[in-house]
Amino acid sequence: MGEFKVHRVRFFDYMPSAIRTMAFNSQTERLAVARADGAVEIFNFNDNFFQEKVIPGQDGRATEALCWVGHRLFSAGLNGEITEYDLENLRPQYTVDAYGGPIWTISSNSQGTQLAVGCEDGTVKIFAILEERIQFQRNLNRHKGRIISLCWHPSSAQIAAGMTDMIKIFDAETGHATRRLLVDRAMGASKNKEVVVWSVGYLSDHTIISGDSAGKVQIWNGLTGTLVRTYLVTKWDVLSLVINASQDESSVIAGTSEGTVIQFQFISSTVDQHDKEWVRTRTFRNHSHDVSALAHTDTAVVSGGMDTQLVVRPLLDKVEKNTQESALRKIAFPHRSLVGCAKKAGLLLFQFPDRLELWKLGESEGHVCLMYPYFVCRFLQGEDHICCSALSACGGWLAYSTVSSVRLYRIQYNNTISINKVSKLPKELRSVHQLCFSSDSSKLFASSCQSSVIVVAVSQQECRYLHTLKHKTGEWKARMHLLCASDDGKWLATANTDCEIHIYNLHKMKLHCMVPVYNSCPTTIAIHPVTNNLISVHADQQIFEFSLVQKEYTQWSRRLQAQGLLSLWLERDTPITHITFNPKNPDHIILHDTYMFCIIDQSLPFPELNAVLWNQMTLKSLPVSQRIGQSHAFKICKSFQHLMCVSLLEDLSLVVVERPLLDIMSQLPAPVRQKKFAT
Amino acid sequence: MAALYEGYTLCGLVPDQNLSSSGIQGIEEERDRDHVVVTDSTRSVTLYKVSDQKPLGSWTVKQGQKLTCPAVFNSQTNEYVAVTDNKVIRIWKEDDILLDKAFKATVSSDVWKVHCTHGGEPVVLFQRGAVRLLDSLLAAPQQPIEEVLAQEEAIRWSTIIVAETQQFIIITTEQKGEHFLYLQRLNPNSVQRYRLEREEPGLSPLSFSATYRDKHICLLYLYPNGHVYQSVLSVRGLGTEEGVQALPLPRSLLLGLPVGDGQLEAASAMALDEAHVAVVGVPHPSAGGGKDFLCIWNTNFQTLQAGKEMAGKIYGQLWSYSNKVFIPHGKTLSIIPFECPKSSLASALGKLKHTKTEESKTPNSVPSWNNILHGEKAQPSKSAETRRTVSWISVFANCEFVIVHTLTAPVEEIQKEVEGFLTRAEFQDLQPSVGQLALTLVSRSLADPAFYSSSTLAQLVHTRCLCHSVCPDLVLLALEKKDYFLCQLCLQFFPDIPEAVTCACLKAFISPTSSVVNDRQTRAEDVKKKASAPSQLSCPVGLHKAVLINEILQTPYSDTFLLPHLKDLSSQHVMLFLQYLQFLYLKYSQDAFPQMEGFRSPSLSQIMDWVCLLLDAHFTVLVMTPEAKGLLLNLHRFVKSQVRLVSELGKIEGSLQELRKMKAKESIGQYSIEIIELF
Repeated sequence: MGEFKVHRVRFFDYMPSAIRTMAFNSQTERLAVARADGAVEIFNFNDNFFQEKVIPGQDGRATEALCWVGHRLFSAGLNGEITEYDLENLRPQYTVDAYGGPIWTISSNSQGTQLAVGCEDGTVKIFAILEERIQFQRNLNRHKGRIISLCWHPSSAQIAAGMTDMIKIFDAETGHATRRLLVDRAMGASKNKEVVVWSVGYLSDHTIISGDSAGKVQIWNGLTGTLVRTYLVTKWDVLSLVINASQDESSVIAGTSEGTVIQFQFISSTVDQHDKEWVRTRTFRNHSHDVSALAHTDTAVVSGGMDTQLVVRPLLDKVEKNTQESALRKIAFPHRSLVGCAKKAGLLLFQFPDRLELWKLGESEGHVCLMYPYFVCRFLQGEDHICCSALSACGGWLAYSTVSSVRLYRIQYNNTISINKVSKLPKELRSVHQLCFSSDSSKLFASSCQSSVIVVAVSQQECRYLHTLKHKTGEWKARMHLLCASDDGKWLATANTDCEIHIYNLHKMKLHCMVPVYNSCPTTIAIHPVTNNLISVHADQQIFEFSLVQKEYTQWSRRLQAQGLLSLWLERDTPITHITFNPKNPDHIILHDTYMFCIIDQSLPFPELNAVLWNQMTLKSLPVSQRIGQSHAFKICKSFQHLMCVSLLEDLSLVVVERPLLDIMSQLPAPVRQKKFAT
Repeated sequence: MAALYEGYTLCGLVPDQNLSSSGIQGIEEERDRDHVVVTDSTRSVTLYKVSDQKPLGSWTVKQGQKLTCPAVFNSQTNEYVAVTDNKVIRIWKEDDILLDKAFKATVSSDVWKVHCTHGGEPVVLFQRGAVRLLDSLLAAPQQPIEEVLAQEEAIRWSTIIVAETQQFIIITTEQKGEHFLYLQRLNPNSVQRYRLEREEPGLSPLSFSATYRDKHICLLYLYPNGHVYQSVLSVRGLGTEEGVQALPLPRSLLLGLPVGDGQLEAASAMALDEAHVAVVGVPHPSAGGGKDFLCIWNTNFQTLQAGKEMAGKIYGQLWSYSNKVFIPHGKTLSIIPFECPKSSLASALGKLKHTKTEESKTPNSVPSWNNILHGEKAQPSKSAETRRTVSWISVFANCEFVIVHTLTAPVEEIQKEVEGFLTRAEFQDLQPSVGQLALTLVSRSLADPAFYSSSTLAQLVHTRCLCHSVCPDLVLLALEKKDYFLCQLCLQFFPDIPEAVTCACLKAFISPTSSVVNDRQTRAEDVKKKASAPSQLSCPVGLHKAVLINEILQTPYSDTFLLPHLKDLSSQHVMLFLQYLQFLYLKYSQDAFPQMEGFRSPSLSQIMDWVCLLLDAHFTVLVMTPEAKGLLLNLHRFVKSQVRLVSELGKIEGSLQELRKMKAKESIGQYSIEIIELF
């Protein structure tokens, strides 16, 4: 295969934001995760945990709680507003002020008709969920002290509310408090510190389970208001607690400040006994910091917190052992590319939530670095966070978008760098999800609402709206999350979260064809510069090659499907986020996920099902003559880890952008102090 | 573990007047493994049957003629081929009696050597580097012979190797201090020239040896500085074009042999198998400067596996055929059978049980008591060569017989009996019987004061099957009988001598009344110290005492048990002992005492420990003794200097650790350019 010069870049100091809260929708198998910067991410648990949607955050929007009502997602935060999201266009649809000060918690009843929010001023406010909006209904009786946590009884007749030093049970009909459960403070020195009930759960048999800042998980009888059992699980706080409400309510998990997740199960303590009780069963230790968000799916415990990673821990009694399903999954990096690369100019564009950074790569002679990379410029974004960005191949144009606006810059590299903002943009360019320049940098494509693509001509003089590409007029469709233009400027491929891929003919400005729909979402697509074949990689790690001219899958793709991919390939737990091609050798397709990059050589045979997938070491040890017999199409390199981007520049050198997980870890605040042996 | 067995003589030699060469030109294998053809350096060729050690035939050329290359045997035609006077090729059969009547042909250029492999056709190598098959040469003897070598380039060594079906001639040449290697392939002919890497200037290789294994030719060569290098030549990738360009020949250091002082002159190294190298003319690492040893080294573990002293001068010549080494030394040509079993780490470290018999032969180099007192004659005969014939049961029967015999027989007879028994028995079987034998001997000696068999006991101790707990009275008996040689052996070989006995020995050795001190004249020229002893340093005890005390210093002990016994020493003894220890300490600290390898001498820390122990035991007495004052002051000075040294080292420690940390950090940078290779 040969040697590659690699620019190993580690100066992209991307820092994911802490996970604040999450909510799991068991009907659609979607998990919504809210981060500290206000961004909300939607993961599809049916499709290999693919992060299919990201709603960019906003300064000052501190989301404190999330709640699904059917297909609708609501959030509430310390800014005192309730927000419903537009999950198609990935932006807040509307916000409603609750007028009760910061909101700590939000919860909907089981019918999905009412929304309860707990406010700083001590009120529980009930909102009615209407077709297109929500409407304030009434307050429950006000009490002193903030409402920290809420939980509806499945019958929707009662609401349990966690406060400081107590839990109250309200009658949802009358609004009166019917019971008051006093929560003990911590023993010892912190006796004077009030205890906060961070989380509360209400079971259909009127059992109330609470987690508090004294490190206790307590089980109460809600009918009599008596304490049944106390488990002291940590010296610090029990921050989150969740019941597997969609199932038989026999399992509860609690997350602590120490980074542990503890499971309690409602089982009989001895085999022959019939009376069941709550027993502490399992402890998971997958986090280094606070576990502030939890979700309980049918088969797994999902946790997240300060350490920014989302951990899916399957419960081994619910899944088949030693399968891919039973593997622990840590999602640390976004499932989309945050790095743009101008192949001709050797520029890198790093996308942060609040800014963009443009870097020029270094030059070298062999191993000797002649010029170090340098920082070109930074684009600071205001209140709204950036949702997508694009850099043209020549490096002369840069575009980025927030939920409400698009900006386009002209960058000129003479002796000095001059950056000019293009002030007059066509009015069609307003809210876009994805941006992409044509390879000759003359056109800008933007995926807009209603599944359309706007084509804009960019030139020195002006920026002119050309056309809107639509595949079906008038029909509401999922948004495009991937855009890709071919090198010869003839084709444009788009993919949406409904797993559809459309091909447009840019000469005729109309739909050319649609790729047969596969049941897994494409994670990246690319059009081959020579053959004009479309390569698509999907969340379930399948690879397809579709000929745009013949409008059918290519022979190579069929052979690959017939033979099947190796299980080691299919079991990788991070999606392929980027594809590039080797201009020198059209057989080479370069793609990468977080832990490896792979060069697929289309001229070589596929590995046999019993072959070794990572065979680079074996090949290295073999004499040259025997390598050919042993080698297969997948050339995998794992020397670089935690990859944010792998791209091939025009001079055939590879750019590898790494963000080592250790560097992220080292920037986190110190975890709570734990007594370790001899410290 | 590799072993050298008892050798035998094949024939006598007629070396040169000045002993510069052995008088043997070459030894070649004849029709089978048991026959060799020996060519002497002047006129005669002799055929020997090796197992019978007798000549089967001999041929001589006329007075005035001279054999210029070793005769070889062509097994295809059952003829011998030799060259006389550089140009005349002679061919004869075994039946031919007179060489002059045999076939001869004169060629047009000087012949360097005729090579022939078993079953192959002879190949004639000319002095100017050309190569001809014998048959094609004889078809036209006067054919012109081309010059392959450059001017001033001369052949130093050559050999023939069969790789699969291909014959290769390997030639090393020298040109103006540079060394080259030619790899000449026959049929089809092609040649490749390599340049050997330069060793220190002025050093040229002493010997070469080539073997073929794993499709590669391994070339082994020895330099006068004791470095043995290995170069691996691929047989396959031989360029077909004439090798005008000399490729550099990569090499790896296989062994760094100890050379003592000065450089090797007549030495030779030969690969026996992939892990073992036979070396002749190199000093035994534990036997001082003498170079007349044949050693087998393991190259995997860099350990000496077997060694044998060869009487007389070593000429640096060595041949090996079918597990026998042919070595001319002094005035004989000896054949030494050897065995190189597959090496394992355990055997290399001597952890395998049966290896010990070989190791026990090193005391050869230890200044043994008997050597000093009585010269060589009392050395127990080294007949412990194992001949595996006696079965296990017969060993016991034998042992019973010997034991019964020891009860009554006179000393000489017992000695013969035991000697015979030891040679017959295998090492594993020795353990119990040797103990029994020693026990009976000791008890008989105790009962019968007239009976004492020193040499037999020494022989038994030499087997290393004895220890103190098996035969608790042995050491005290030896002390009583003033058999200090046996004492020394026991101290050396017994791992479990109790501290009380150690102290008793010490007392006996150090007391001036002990009879060994009768030869005080040797005190001045102490063997161990004479090399650099400055005049102000004189050893307070005699040589023999010193040797014995050194042995005591090296015995294992635990100080709690030793201390009470040390208190029994008189103050005079303590003074003397301390003086001796001080002397040793100065010796070590002054001239960085070269810890002669294999030389049994106490280490510095052992000496310090004993000083401390003695001072602990007798400090109050010493303080009160006026003559001890100077000694104590001196010792105090040592302590001070040690403290200073340690504190200085402590100062450096911090910076050294910093250095180490810096290195680790270097690897992680923000940006680097790397070259990776994919296969």
